[in-house]
Amino acid sequence: MPCVADWLNSPFSIVQGIFACFVAQNTPNSDWEKKVTDYFKEKLKENNATNWVPSLNDVPVHYLKPNSLVKFRCMVQDMFDPEFYMGVYETVDPNTNARVLHFGKYRDVAECGPQQEIDMNSSQTVTLERQTFYCVPVPGESAWVKEISFFSELVLASQARVSPSTSYTPSRHKRSYEEDEDMEQHPSKQKEQHMGSGGDSHGCGEPKRLETEASAGHHLISANCSPPLDLNFPLPGEKGPACLVKVYESWDTFKVNDVLEVYGILSVDPVLSIVNNEERDSSTLDPMECMDTAEEQRVHSPPSSLVPRIHVILAHKLQHLNPLLPACLNEEESKTFVSNFMAELSPVRAELLGFLTHALLGDSLAAEYLILHLISTVYARRDVLPLGKFTVNLSGCPRNSIFTEHIYRIIQQLVPASYRLQMTIENMNHSRFIPRKDYTANRLVSGILQLASNTSLVIDETQLEQGQLDTKGVHNVKALGNLITWQKVDYDFSYHQMEFPCNINVLITSEGRSLLPSDCQVQLQPQIIPPNMEEYMNSLLTAVLPSVLNKFRIYLTLLRLLDYSISDEVTKAVEEDFVEMRKNDPESITADDLHRTLLVARFLSLSAGQTTLSRERWLRAKQLEALRKARLQQQKCVNGNEL
Amino acid sequence: MSSPASTPSRRRGKRGRGSNPPTPQDARSPPSQRRRPDDSASTGELQPLPTSPPAEQSPRAPDALFSSPPQFRHSAIPLDFDISSPLTYGTPSSRVEGTPRSGVRGTPVRQRPDLGSARKARQVDLHSDGQAEDLAEQSLGQRLVIWGTDVNVASCKDKFQKFLQRFIDPLAKEDEDIGLDLNQPRYMQRLEEINMVGEPFLNVNCDHLRAFDENLYRQLICYPQEVIPTFDMAANEIFFDRYPDSILEHQIQVRPYNALKTRNMRSLNPEDIDQLITISGMVIRSSQLIPEMQEAFFKCQVCAFTARVEIDRGRIAEPSVCKNCNTTHSMALIHNRSMFSDKQMIKLQESPEDMPAGQTPHTVALFAHNDLVDKVQPGDRVNVTGIYRAVPIRVNPRVSVVKSVYKTHIDVIHYRKTDSKRLHGVDEETEQKMFTEERVALLKELSTKADIYERLSSALAPSIYEHEDIKKGILLQLFGGSRKDFTHTGRGNFRAEINILLCGDPGTSKSQLLQYVYNLVPRGQYTSGKGSSAVGLTAYVMKDPETRQLVLQTGALVLSDNGICCIDEFDKMNESTRSVLHEVMEQQTLSIAKAGIICQLNARTSILAAANPVESQWNPKKTTIENIQLPHTLLSRFDLIFLMLDPRDEAYDRRLARHLVSLYYQSEERLEEEYMDMAVLRDYIAFARGYINPRLSEEASQALIEAYVDMRKIGSGRGMVSAYPRQLESLIRLAEAHAKVRFSEKVETIDVEEAKRLHREALKQSATDPRTGIVDISILTTGMSATARKRKEELAQALKKLIQSKGKTPALKYQQLFEDLRAQSDTAVTKEMFEEALRALADDDFLTVTGKTVRLL
Repeated sequence: MPCVADWLNSPFSIVQGIFACFVAQNTPNSDWEKKVTDYFKEKLKENNATNWVPSLNDVPVHYLKPNSLVKFRCMVQDMFDPEFYMGVYETVDPNTNARVLHFGKYRDVAECGPQQEIDMNSSQTVTLERQTFYCVPVPGESAWVKEISFFSELVLASQARVSPSTSYTPSRHKRSYEEDEDMEQHPSKQKEQHMGSGGDSHGCGEPKRLETEASAGHHLISANCSPPLDLNFPLPGEKGPACLVKVYESWDTFKVNDVLEVYGILSVDPVLSIVNNEERDSSTLDPMECMDTAEEQRVHSPPSSLVPRIHVILAHKLQHLNPLLPACLNEEESKTFVSNFMAELSPVRAELLGFLTHALLGDSLAAEYLILHLISTVYARRDVLPLGKFTVNLSGCPRNSIFTEHIYRIIQQLVPASYRLQMTIENMNHSRFIPRKDYTANRLVSGILQLASNTSLVIDETQLEQGQLDTKGVHNVKALGNLITWQKVDYDFSYHQMEFPCNINVLITSEGRSLLPSDCQVQLQPQIIPPNMEEYMNSLLTAVLPSVLNKFRIYLTLLRLLDYSISDEVTKAVEEDFVEMRKNDPESITADDLHRTLLVARFLSLSAGQTTLSRERWLRAKQLEALRKARLQQQKCVNGNEL
Repeated sequence: MSSPASTPSRRRGKRGRGSNPPTPQDARSPPSQRRRPDDSASTGELQPLPTSPPAEQSPRAPDALFSSPPQFRHSAIPLDFDISSPLTYGTPSSRVEGTPRSGVRGTPVRQRPDLGSARKARQVDLHSDGQAEDLAEQSLGQRLVIWGTDVNVASCKDKFQKFLQRFIDPLAKEDEDIGLDLNQPRYMQRLEEINMVGEPFLNVNCDHLRAFDENLYRQLICYPQEVIPTFDMAANEIFFDRYPDSILEHQIQVRPYNALKTRNMRSLNPEDIDQLITISGMVIRSSQLIPEMQEAFFKCQVCAFTARVEIDRGRIAEPSVCKNCNTTHSMALIHNRSMFSDKQMIKLQESPEDMPAGQTPHTVALFAHNDLVDKVQPGDRVNVTGIYRAVPIRVNPRVSVVKSVYKTHIDVIHYRKTDSKRLHGVDEETEQKMFTEERVALLKELSTKADIYERLSSALAPSIYEHEDIKKGILLQLFGGSRKDFTHTGRGNFRAEINILLCGDPGTSKSQLLQYVYNLVPRGQYTSGKGSSAVGLTAYVMKDPETRQLVLQTGALVLSDNGICCIDEFDKMNESTRSVLHEVMEQQTLSIAKAGIICQLNARTSILAAANPVESQWNPKKTTIENIQLPHTLLSRFDLIFLMLDPRDEAYDRRLARHLVSLYYQSEERLEEEYMDMAVLRDYIAFARGYINPRLSEEASQALIEAYVDMRKIGSGRGMVSAYPRQLESLIRLAEAHAKVRFSEKVETIDVEEAKRLHREALKQSATDPRTGIVDISILTTGMSATARKRKEELAQALKKLIQSKGKTPALKYQQLFEDLRAQSDTAVTKEMFEEALRALADDDFLTVTGKTVRLL
């Protein structure tokens, strides 16, 4: 398929072709741009073409061909100022006076031949605007998301047996894969299985060598430049390429913290870094150039080997991160997928419930609530009130045991993105939760709470000891409280604060009642006490078949995206119920309780795949709530005795 | 010059004011910028340009001595033209024709780097052409326009002069232009001011210009670089015509502001390049002062021949050969004879109001020149008028590779601080301009609706169920009363803000209501009583880490000046913090005496507080004071105190349930619709607050008096006072606020009626004596109802009698006495009551209580 190679490896030639065509017709207006995007849209629609495009998430930058088409799954971390660039410009050959029109779109540097000069005053010059986003890989993305998305590519790519450039992929993947392995210590049988099946037919000797060379070079660079560049990942210990994504159209539709999938032209022109040095050297001489501080320049034009640029041809927001589901659920093909899965929903639910019950040491009520929590999502906001958030406080977790850690590991296996926040005095006082605007570098310095929608945040309060919180700690606790109550984070812009709505599932594990607010507190009542927690939990995970695990994953992601309604009759019934209960004992149920019960009913219905509330579900929700409350009451009595 | 910040500029100033008025031909005492590149010399170079007319040989001979030698002038052509252009230079009349205008001639021209600092070749081309045409026009009297524009200098100048001489602002308001006669041409008075004050800057409101001549305005916006110098010429001609003896530091510079082209940084786009724009934003960083070399002075080491070279794009083209003696590399730069101008780089960030949700703010670089340097500090909110520039970035000066990106910045022509009048306020003018005419029409139409009051109150926090009166109260609070000034009678400002306290059971969406209000008003602050200290509420002094300067940081109360400060968990606030509120809630000011800074800040803020009862559940058997345990001195400062209680009745429960259920499945569109309402509501309130200032009508005052007298009467019947002047003031404020809701300039009887009703409603809830069921204001004003006080006294008397009846026992058992009293009394006596009675007697020196025994004295 030579054509594939063409648009994948040198998309510029395609763009140039289309542009030249328009220039020849003497109509170099913006139509040609549309033609370009249409062309690539068409190309990517062809059978699984998206999988042939190498992804920056899996392949290290230095293996990718500059100016080739790449894709990148990322979160918008910061938005830089829009920049004006030469959309169309003209070059002149001083000897022959020959004039040539060029396009500046998708480029960082206005190219011109050795014998040519750019005519800055040409009447043909068109100035256009584009927007730069600073993007990072989705924070807290689970390992399985990375694996699956790249293996699906791999399989398809090897089936298709494509062009020489992509034939590198297996070995490349192998590399990145091993890195993953090194990074995460915990063993997983699955991975080994994949390793076997993934098979690298190509000798990996050469890429290996390249890798070492590259990393050696990398070390050199970092030795040279004074402090290493902070790539500004929200979560500590994250890896992956950060990227400057240049967006050419409808950038207003994207927001900070949106998860995007972009297809674009990779630009790693070393000139970009030279620009940097050059400017830094001359800045003392040249007052015109020094309008940005060195700091700002470092951040806004980092070396392209570290932070590559992607010139976006196509970009879209991702509804979810799960590679097991079709990206867009509204399309025709995905509808069949959904209905097929819905058909086998209830066994999946039962299995998941069983699995979680085991994980929660045999407590099925807690497992039930955990499912509800995992499919909760903020579906609307009424003035300031976020609807659909369901923060669960799992109290009664054994202190200082590895239980909470394992719970997190299980959640990590189920949801596409998650983070475990260990609530220690040390952590609260020293880590940065709230993103803060750094005015010297003119960027948004990220914090732990800058997370993409539907990320699971597991707060482990069992780690908390007595101690002194300092100002920062208090702010951090306050920010957590705000996040839970209002589902928003107030970013610190030093002169003012700005509110960013978010949609984060918070699960708090604690010994007693959490000091953070929560929507619902579930007291854990372990039925089994395994002698060796570590072994028990590990065997639990290994016992689940990968295919079943994948079903769980689909289940949790899919149900979040379903619609829901309540019929008039049920509304009536709920009303009656409420009035009745209040009549008997006004203390028994308050408006808050009703809120919560309605939420539970909502997620209960959804978890069974029903999009309307039925009377039975309502009763079941009430029953669950009653059970939960009874437990709390019981606990209170116990504690009361202790006091 | 208002701020001669650097030596170069000061030097220039002095030289310019020299006793020997220099003329362009005067080579010996050249006023810095004027003396050099002669028009003819420079135009000579323009010859090859097709547009330049043949009439370039101007009357004067080229001044070869002083013009730069051609070989290095070549490198500096663009700038040469830029600077020598009559446009940037002042009146051509004084130079070309030599018309004897002593004033103009005697006053040096000051270069305007704000207009010409972007040395983009394209502009310069355009410019030099323009100059050529312009000259042609001057000398030949042809009606030509500046190349590339449709600006005809003569007619443009003429029009602007007419504008200056004739323009009277029909919409002018007294407060904006203090000391101006509104019926006289406005800008002539400004010129007079310049004559008196000696600050040679004429600020021109573009809005005025637009009202006067739409076409001229358009030209100004589109070709500021050409038109503003023309304006300068015009203004100077008029000025020196009128005040020929006036001595100014340099010629008057016109500074247009308020160009309506752009208001928002986000809407800047490539079409705005080189146009006059006005944007608002917040300064986030300003650089040090940069002395920018405008002109380098070279001296030949061999023959002492001197040469001047203009700076081209920040680079000096050093002459390699001396023109005089032909020695190579003999020219040396003489620093202290070179010309510098001040420059400063400033970063402006979009103001938070302009930002769409979920995006980060944009920034833009500003270049301030000369006296505009250091006019703004980081944190200031400013409106900037300037010319938007884009400069290409060269990868390497020696290589022709160009980055395909432009650097953009704004050359500042005019700053307008939006918060110069008060700390963190917003310029009323800009605030009022927010409304388009359609919007105003819509709002006005809304205001005529009979049920507007109900409509607005139901639009307020629709997700919170019922509590209609509370919402109405908050609505009135949002509108506020009219501000009155009684300073001359010694009472100071009269509070116009309405304070509201919500108390009630936990979980009755008090916090949600607060959160909603905080999100609704532009200057709302939200704090929690638990987490805020007195310092956090008021202001504190801190040392700026960079400048080591003491800075006054303002707290929530000052920040919400002219807004609403929402304080949650009011009861949990500690005593000292709460005491700060006393001053704020009545005097609306905040006094600070700290770290050597003594000041009084305005804190004209309404307070919306929420408090939980002490016993976590509201005890209906107790009074408000007893329930929330707040000092009555503070409580009496609240105009309205509402109880938010769980009503516990079936119909209510049913409605509540339906409301909640509907929340859980309503579609997105419905939500959108309601969101729109919030925007309308916000505008409605902003409009009313900005424009409507109701005054009491005769009937209304009568009604108020009656209402007050009635309130007093109720109490006096039972021997207690049920209303205080503070309540009357509250009534007035509420009535005014209600009139504002109707967009009425007059407070009428219906407003008073509603104010009375609401006030009574709030009182009924909060000041009802739980024992008698009678509304008793003294609960709020003295902390105890009159009956309670009476009962306390009775009990003390009874106890005294009891003790006396026991005869002469020096000591009594505490428990025993308590039981005796209980047995004797016909009503239930609690331990607290008993203790209170004991304390009362102890105060009378009748007895003392030590441990478990009571001793008589």
